Amino acid sequence: MTINPSGWRPEQGVANDTGRAPTFTGNRALMLEEPLIFEIGSTTTTGVDFGEAPSGANRLGGLDRTAPIGCYGLSEPETVRHFTRLSRQNYAIDLGLFPLGSCTMKHNPRINEKIARLPGFADVHPLQPQETVQGAYAVIQNLAVWLIKLTGMYGVAMSPKAGAHGELCGLLAIRAALEARGDVRQVVLVPESAHGTNPATAAFCGYAVETIPATGEGRVDFEALKARLRPDVAAVMITNPNTCGLFERDLKAISDAVHAVGAYVYCDGANFNAIVGKVRPGDLGIDAMHINLHKTFSTPHGGGGPGAGPVVLSEALAPFGPLPFVGLHADGRYELVEEETAGEDHPHAFGRMAAFHGQMGMFTRALSYILSHGADGLARVAEDAVLNANYVLRSLEGVLEAPFAASGPCMHEALFTDNGLGGGITTLDIAKGLIDEGYHPMTVYFPLVVHGAMLIEPTETESKASLDQFIGALKAVAERAQAGDQSLKAAPIYAPRRRLDETAAARKPVLSWKDLPEAAE
Amino acid sequence: MRFLPLTDDDRAEMLEVIGAPTIEALFADVPQDLLLKQPIEGLPLHVSEMAVERQLKALAANNMVAGDVPFFLGCGAYRHHIPATVDHIIQRGEFLTSYTPYQPEIAQGTLQALFEFQTQVAAMFGCEVANASMYDGSTACWEAIGMARRITRKKKAILSAGLHPHYVSVCTTMAKFTGDTLETALPTLDPEAPAKELARLVAAVDGETSCVVVQTPSILGHIGDWSALAEACHAKGALLIVVVTEPVSLGAIKSPGEMGADIVVGEGQSIGVGLNFGGPYVGLFATREKYVRQMPGRLCGETTDADGKRGFVLTLSTREQHIRREKATSNICTNAGLCALAFTVHMSLLGEAGLRKLALLNHAKAVAAADRLVEIDGVELVTPSFFNEFTLRLPREARPVVRAMAEKGVLGGVSLGRLYPGIEALANGLVLAVTETTTSEDVEALASALEDALA
Repeated sequence: MTINPSGWRPEQGVANDTGRAPTFTGNRALMLEEPLIFEIGSTTTTGVDFGEAPSGANRLGGLDRTAPIGCYGLSEPETVRHFTRLSRQNYAIDLGLFPLGSCTMKHNPRINEKIARLPGFADVHPLQPQETVQGAYAVIQNLAVWLIKLTGMYGVAMSPKAGAHGELCGLLAIRAALEARGDVRQVVLVPESAHGTNPATAAFCGYAVETIPATGEGRVDFEALKARLRPDVAAVMITNPNTCGLFERDLKAISDAVHAVGAYVYCDGANFNAIVGKVRPGDLGIDAMHINLHKTFSTPHGGGGPGAGPVVLSEALAPFGPLPFVGLHADGRYELVEEETAGEDHPHAFGRMAAFHGQMGMFTRALSYILSHGADGLARVAEDAVLNANYVLRSLEGVLEAPFAASGPCMHEALFTDNGLGGGITTLDIAKGLIDEGYHPMTVYFPLVVHGAMLIEPTETESKASLDQFIGALKAVAERAQAGDQSLKAAPIYAPRRRLDETAAARKPVLSWKDLPEAAE
Repeated sequence: MRFLPLTDDDRAEMLEVIGAPTIEALFADVPQDLLLKQPIEGLPLHVSEMAVERQLKALAANNMVAGDVPFFLGCGAYRHHIPATVDHIIQRGEFLTSYTPYQPEIAQGTLQALFEFQTQVAAMFGCEVANASMYDGSTACWEAIGMARRITRKKKAILSAGLHPHYVSVCTTMAKFTGDTLETALPTLDPEAPAKELARLVAAVDGETSCVVVQTPSILGHIGDWSALAEACHAKGALLIVVVTEPVSLGAIKSPGEMGADIVVGEGQSIGVGLNFGGPYVGLFATREKYVRQMPGRLCGETTDADGKRGFVLTLSTREQHIRREKATSNICTNAGLCALAFTVHMSLLGEAGLRKLALLNHAKAVAAADRLVEIDGVELVTPSFFNEFTLRLPREARPVVRAMAEKGVLGGVSLGRLYPGIEALANGLVLAVTETTTSEDVEALASALEDALA
């Protein structure tokens, strides 16, 4: 085994690092290289001790696993060090502002983690007799009531496991409602600024997807939408506030027009953080909307999940939601309504979307956050989120092109384009330049309605000082970009890795470690 | 308002820069008659951290905690000991509060851990490649059927009687909308069931079949060799999908890959992730290299950076929704990143040696428990071979027995009546899981509670 398994060799030198001697290890002080488990562990090492197994007959039916498995172990201290060293190669909200547009990277309160780990929530089996899990059902029910009241909707499906799973839930409820009245429709309309999950979900549910253009001011083109509203349309999927950071002013009128042709309005609730406590989607005529608990309600993103995507439903759609759900009896007892108990009371429920009953560990965290803020605090969340985004927009609109700056205040996020960059410098180069400034970049190249999009969502948990420093950093990088500073093409130079060759990764995918004979020494 | 750092002075200064008189003015595009001027009625106002803790602790106290009582539930979620290291690592802010690794230069921690996860899952399943996780086992199972449809261009899936009924239910829901045909069957309390089921499935595969889905160990705990079924599938151009809901079993029994499975999916909860009342869990998904472009979910791949150093990136994203939109292989976006990390940390602690020991310990304890319980009058074992979970036939309906035992403070398994309501032939079935956490005192407590309930 080589001492430095990163593949880097001192003789390769380090670009843009002139005058610095290479190190023997490849490490640079606190920037530590870390090999894979498979390069430092072995198949005989273990970090867990077990008691002796009782003796008895083997009942494996002759199917014993005799061949080597290929799983490498580390001792406990090595495990802690391995993953601690890896963790230090990650950017995170705990380290700084994380301005990813449409992702709502806000502070994750640690009380949420403490609550989720109470044995009464964490160490409970989903199939325990219902009498023994009344507290767990109460959590689900309490959170459901909050979500219904905050959105002004009629019901909520708690089981979807993430935003895209929630979209699926909403569209399946819509399809079930249409089929129940014998009305088979073929088309779902999606604005061009929509998240990619929207058309993917509609296609997954068997619908043809048609795109609705945006107006010059960054909102859904209501006239174009109206012209396309015919009886073959099952639903319109709208994101509000939209991914240009704007409130869809015509939404109520859009909903009325959609309902007039017998179709439904699905709202992508990814951006609910901008309006929570300020306006209720139910009042805007929405029929179904998923709520990303990992965005608005502060459950951690965890490097890409787990999320949770409960879907609030209008009175028209609620009977067509999924199973199971928690019901409350007059005597205060909770009951899980499943396939067997849905019976005559819920004949239209479209069925089960996942085993058991949803992301309980996310429910406890979200409820802890919601109770902390209360109804007053949640409205303040939206206000400060919108204030912070407008502050960023107005502080930077003279620096980068803000295509919709004249369309009114933005909501929770500010959108910029690559117009005016010099010398072949792109949005991607600005993003990578921000990494060297110590920031995670904003969302780039999304939404697709403007060229070289940069979408910045600061969230309400940033202080003014934090925003000022970020604005200063982005200004500095943008000015370099406008001057055509070619050194941005090499950015980042201070990160644990420089730009990675994604083309090579896709052309010849290496998706797992293999103990290749030629690699052995 | 402890999560909000802005002061009133900050707000005033910022409004000045923005050129707006009030924060309300920033909501000018919201229809003014719908703009809420007061906190929503009927909802409480903000409270201290101490008050939140008090309220939620009261709800937590209303649940019977698995670790506090003799506990024997399984059926897709298992209680194992999780080393303290696992929770410590996943609570590190750099993992907990990071995003999907779309900016790989500053996400190598998450990416390398995902690459390790993919390697571990592929090895355990005996497959060539695994993805970076799915929501859970049940949704992974449905995604596998969809993948088989894309590969074979056929729409009939045959589901084994041993598949978890919630998984069957999820697939049935989704198939209603996609037009796939599912052939399903109910399990029986017949000790000969595995052999009969194998023969039934082999006979059922035909030229229209996209895939056959089997679970090992089955919902009742049976373990079987599916090699002959794999051959039958391949002879007809169908794929064999094997579902594993208890991955610890793979430390003791032959892997699905060795049996010829084309796609292996599973629930990874057993390793590193607690019971959590059903979620979040972590879906495992592995297959043959030649099918990788039809695979759903995120994939992490190895590459090099501009200096030639090894690094990792999300790759083959042209399959995914954010690039392909309506032509994506799946609409999945979020996966189960942090649960996958917990799985990987636990697996690195175990290693191959630890996994094998853990599996054999589970099996030995389960054998001892089964031997003890069949001493009770009228109780029969219907799973002659099993791993850490087995099914008993009781002399009466099992569901009230489970309730009666719970009242005595024993969580004595899952009744088949709970999973298959209204199916008379299964009503007396009781599924019991035994893990390394089970003590012989627990088994004695169960035996005595069961005897009392049956008396």
